[in-house]
Amino acid sequence: MAKHAITAAEAGYLLCHCCHLLCRPQPGSIHSRCPRCGAVLHRRKPNSLARTWALTLTAYILYIPANLLPIMTVTMSGRGEPDTILSGVKELIVGGMWPLALLVFFASITVPVLKLLALTFLLLSVRFGSHWRPWERTVLYRLTESIGRWSMIDVFVITILVAVVELGTLATIEAGAGAVAFGGVVVVTMFAAMSFDPRLIWDCMAPKDGEVSSHSRPEGAYRMQR
Amino acid sequence: MMESCAGEYAVAEYALVACHDCDLLFRKPRLRPGQKARCPRCGAVLFQRKRSGMDQSLALACTSLVLFILANAYPLLRMNIAGRVQEGSLLTGIEELYSQGYWEISVLVFVVTFLAPLAKMLCLFYVLLPLWLFGRRAPKAERVFRWMEQLSPWAMTEVFMLGILVAVVKLADLAALTPGIALYSFAGLMVTMAAGDAMLDDHEVWERLEAADG
Repeated sequence: MAKHAITAAEAGYLLCHCCHLLCRPQPGSIHSRCPRCGAVLHRRKPNSLARTWALTLTAYILYIPANLLPIMTVTMSGRGEPDTILSGVKELIVGGMWPLALLVFFASITVPVLKLLALTFLLLSVRFGSHWRPWERTVLYRLTESIGRWSMIDVFVITILVAVVELGTLATIEAGAGAVAFGGVVVVTMFAAMSFDPRLIWDCMAPKDGEVSSHSRPEGAYRMQR
Repeated sequence: MMESCAGEYAVAEYALVACHDCDLLFRKPRLRPGQKARCPRCGAVLFQRKRSGMDQSLALACTSLVLFILANAYPLLRMNIAGRVQEGSLLTGIEELYSQGYWEISVLVFVVTFLAPLAKMLCLFYVLLPLWLFGRRAPKAERVFRWMEQLSPWAMTEVFMLGILVAVVKLADLAALTPGIALYSFAGLMVTMAAGDAMLDDHEVWERLEAADG
């Protein structure tokens, strides 16, 4: 079946990314909007690869200060040291809080790194028109898109700590510049995942000699489906 | 049923549907409530008929709104170090970050834990209430519902809840902690918002919005 499958783009349709309506824009209209929800329609997300590359590289750069600069400073009775993300995890391990250390390590180190690597891999594979395991690559994309928000845990922890601990000379907690960079990494990678278009993975797989005409009738399309 | 937008459209196709992830074109399957249609080529969920209706979604949104107000009006944690008591809430944390000079982070936290969840609930009321009460659609309801869908990934109540958990454990060996009303409210909010997301059938809402009179 997959051999005879036809895509919406080949049939001349545009899928509304917001309300899932299939629209057929009149030839010549450049900026079409979905008649149902008003979202701008694109055949593919505009400049998907360039945008995703730009955002991914930005995230790589931000990732360096995010890990090197302190994310917060805990001062207890006048003494205190700035904590980076990794030293925070180390402290949890030293305190014997293994499950929590694992959680923070996973959310603030593993997830961002895996996300950046996954995006880079997807970008490269589309760039070189790879035919390798498109199904798995699409699943990887879906995972990358859904898991990113969980990296925000550390930022929230800092917010709560600075809210609660403000006891003058006894104890204070201050945020650090690393937190800003880390928040930036999370936001930028979320945008990067949003701007990547997984349909490009499948577009590379399409027959190149043009045996499927670009404007075949949709009725034909679904007959092929059956 | 079919709308045309300033003559820009020849047709909007209702019998067909395409996969968001790989663009494959299908005849729209007829699903019974509780069934899910998956793309045979890439495995993406094409759409899903939910068993629940608008009344459940609205009820959950009401509960969420009440919990949201409690979660932000009351202190999250009360801390006691050597007889000195300190309490803080989400908004005092955001304020504190701002006054320490980290306005970028305070704006980010404000948006993802306060503004986006609140806006999401209000948008849902705006779209669903008139539809549920009178079978009519509110002015610009389509646009509001579209905003709501775009806002969704930025509402991070459940991640925030995990953040609270980590913070509580970190503070536990520092001082005596008493959980405040807001902590329980956040826990409840996390559950009601997740359930609300799971129960809302957005395909159905779009179809109803289209069929309703303005």
